[in-house]
Amino acid sequence: MKSSVIVFPGSNCDRDIAVALEKFKIKNQMIWHAESSLPKSDLVVLPGGFSYGDYLRTGCIASKSRIINDVIKHAKNGGLVLGICNGFQILIEAGLLPGVLLRNKKLKFLSKNVFLKITDIKNRFCSGYSKKKKIELPIAHNEGNYFANGEILKKLVDQNLIAFKYCDAEGNITEDSNPNGSSMNIAGILNNEKNILGLMPHPERSIDPLLSAEDGSLMFNSLLKSY
Amino acid sequence: MKISATVTLKKEVLDPQGKVINQTLKNMGYKKVINVRQGKFFDIELDETDREKAKVVAEEICKKLLTNVVIEDYTITLK
Repeated sequence: MKSSVIVFPGSNCDRDIAVALEKFKIKNQMIWHAESSLPKSDLVVLPGGFSYGDYLRTGCIASKSRIINDVIKHAKNGGLVLGICNGFQILIEAGLLPGVLLRNKKLKFLSKNVFLKITDIKNRFCSGYSKKKKIELPIAHNEGNYFANGEILKKLVDQNLIAFKYCDAEGNITEDSNPNGSSMNIAGILNNEKNILGLMPHPERSIDPLLSAEDGSLMFNSLLKSY
Repeated sequence: MKISATVTLKKEVLDPQGKVINQTLKNMGYKKVINVRQGKFFDIELDETDREKAKVVAEEICKKLLTNVVIEDYTITLK
C-alpha cells in the first residue's frame, strides 16, 4: 500500500503520521503543498497542525493549495483520503466533506484523551474496530465543534456516515462526554462513498503501547486489510 | 476601486466570542448592550474602474475565499 502525506506550512503532525504509516509497512512519501501532482497513492493523508497559522478560517488557505486539485481528483476516483484534525478542517473547506468545524463551545484549546464510540464499521477505515465497544484517542484542537444544518445531519445519520462519536468511559454518548459542543457528539465523518474520512482525534498518536496505547493502530490495520 | 467586505456569522450560528464580548461589556457596566456578534472586515484594492465589474469580482472573492457560505454572510461596499 502506498500513501502520500501532504505537508503545508504549519503542519505539525506530518511526521507523526509518517511514523505511523511506516510502522504498518505502508510506503509513504511526503508531498509539499506547492507540488502540482500527486505520486501514485492508495491513501492520501492531510495531517494535523495549524496550516497557514489558521489565518482567515482553519484549513481555508490550505484548501486552496495547488496540490488539493489532485487530492480532489484522487478522491473522486475512489482513492482513500484521511484528514486528521487540521486535515479534517481542510477537507471541509475543500468541499470534500459537508458541514463546518467551529470554535470549541467553551473557547478553550483542548488537549486530552477522549473516549469514542465507533458508529460505523462498514468502511475501510474502521472495519478493525468491530469488537471495540469504545476506544480512547487524544484530541488537540481549538476548532473541533462540528456544525451542520438539519438536512446534512439527517443524511449523515440515515446513510451511516458518522464514523466516530464522543462518548464516556462506558461508551454512552452523553452531553457531558462531548468536549467541544459538536452536533450529535460527532468526532469524525465519512463522505457518501466512504472513501474519505475526516476526524478530530489523532489515531497516529496511539500506535505504540510504550508511548500511549494502540487504539489508533486498528485504523491502519483496517486500511491494510482493505487493500 | 476600493472595496470593503464585512463577513459575519449567520444568525443561527453560535458565536461564542460574541457572547463573551457581550458578557464582558455587561460586566463593565454597559447594561444597555443587548447582543454582540463578532465578524471580520476586509479592505480590498482592485485595479478596476467599472463599478459593476468590480462588484462582480468582489462577490466572487467573497463566495470563493473570504466566507464559508455554510455559516457566514457577507456585505460588500464599493467606495
